[in-house]
Amino acid sequence: MALLDIHNLVVEFQTASGPFRAVDGVSLHVEEREVLAIVGESGSGKSVSMLAVMGLLPWTATVTADRMTFNGRDLLKMSPAERRKIVGKDMSMIFQEPMASLNPCFTIGFQIEEVLRFHMGMDKAQRRARAIELLKQVGIPEPEDRLNSFPHQMSGGQCQRVMIAIAIACNPKLLIADEPTTALDVTIQKQILDLLVSLQAKYGMGLIMITHNMGVVAETADRVIVQYKGRKMEEADVLSLFESPKSNYTRALLSALPENAVGDRLPTVSDMMFEPAPSGAGA
Amino acid sequence: MTKVVEGKNIVRDYHVGGGLFRPARTVHAVKGVSFSVDKGKTLAIVGESGCGKSTLARIITLIDPATAGELLIDGNKVDIARDGLTKDMRRKVQIVFQNPYGSLNPRQKIGDVLGEPLLINTDKPAEERRDLAMKMLKKVGLGPEHYNRYPHMFSGGQRQRIAIARALMLNPSLLVLDEPVSALDLSVQAQVLNLLADLQDEFQLTYVFISHDLSVVRYIADDVMVMYFGEAVEYGPREEVFSNPQHSYTKTLFAATPRADVASIKARLARKAA
Repeated sequence: MALLDIHNLVVEFQTASGPFRAVDGVSLHVEEREVLAIVGESGSGKSVSMLAVMGLLPWTATVTADRMTFNGRDLLKMSPAERRKIVGKDMSMIFQEPMASLNPCFTIGFQIEEVLRFHMGMDKAQRRARAIELLKQVGIPEPEDRLNSFPHQMSGGQCQRVMIAIAIACNPKLLIADEPTTALDVTIQKQILDLLVSLQAKYGMGLIMITHNMGVVAETADRVIVQYKGRKMEEADVLSLFESPKSNYTRALLSALPENAVGDRLPTVSDMMFEPAPSGAGA
Repeated sequence: MTKVVEGKNIVRDYHVGGGLFRPARTVHAVKGVSFSVDKGKTLAIVGESGCGKSTLARIITLIDPATAGELLIDGNKVDIARDGLTKDMRRKVQIVFQNPYGSLNPRQKIGDVLGEPLLINTDKPAEERRDLAMKMLKKVGLGPEHYNRYPHMFSGGQRQRIAIARALMLNPSLLVLDEPVSALDLSVQAQVLNLLADLQDEFQLTYVFISHDLSVVRYIADDVMVMYFGEAVEYGPREEVFSNPQHSYTKTLFAATPRADVASIKARLARKAA
């Protein structure tokens, strides 16, 4: 049975000019111990669909789906209180801007222990020990001293490691990483991706990587979903996606990579673009 | 070949003022960097955040003066700390910034954005400024109907086109591009890179291209400079740098760049299965 199973997800936002459909009939599933990458450009609805799973969308959003289950439980019928018990514990998320997603007013120790107190009900000594263990796992040197640091005293890469520590604090079954390395340097990006993949393998988590970077997809994913304008264009395992992309959009995206340039000009997506068929299966 | 821009041993220090509990100190942002770019060529400067590449860009664009060293533009020595910046110099060098959402004034119409460099630096009449702005809009792939619109009505890629158009209004010989495509989507990135290549062919423009994305650099550059903590650790023709990197940092950088080719995916999957 799939860990996360979504069928026909639709997310609409109420705007001044009528409803705007950000996600239009996306179906996806993630198995345990699987890395799924969702790729798309800005506005493709890749983040919004995962925020809908986490229940983090603002009240202006309407979420409907035929089916949305996590670990066998129906997320649609769940009360907000029940959902809060799952979010951050069995299913957690890492965001794009590590500096902005940590609270600047509290030490990182406090922010890691907060999760442990709320979800695991640990006492003070247990929490501290676990926080040190977590910081060690994500590769932060001198974790005992670092617990008392504030986010502004750490670099972007270290802040992202702390975010990962918070996300894996309760041994989640599913980790959603929303552009986890976009704000980081290439060398740091490599370290963070390696860390995520090794943690995923070690704890057998399901991992969803949301990204726009084809290189990140190639380096991490088992299976890939390509989204465009809120619709699913293609779903394939990583090798066949790069070897023989089926939809025109994926082909256009791959050929727009500068490293794939053949002549002295790059083919652009609009050169090959088409109006996506309403079914969204790709032409 | 004429050298459009040449830097000899350029140094830039920033003095950070001390506070009540902190002594003043000096940050060496750029530590003696030398380079030269021929007409119609592209020099790419690569490095991670904080390595001094944007500081160097500001010096080349004549925004900040260098603390020491010589900067020659079209063979003439320029020292804006001593002589100030003449309108003539400003017409030779222009810059395109990273974030097209921040670099355009939200209350200025596109026509005025494009006309302003001419208004400040030349004495062309309004009619002529308007004509030139219209022509430039077409050059960068926009239309005359965009003349009276505001920046918020454009997408990121279109805004970057406008920023490029503004930089080209004065017919500069040198264009400094500070991460011009890193805020853009992949498909839009390809369009803007193509536009830059077209414009370079048409006007024989010289580019200094700042980037942290090696795949973009490999595509657009003639020469590559790798910066690390304010120093140029690697400098040479593109093929040489990419095929035979000398410095350990350059090697780390290449190794860290994600690869999107089928062979390396196969290798990774094989490692994982093992």
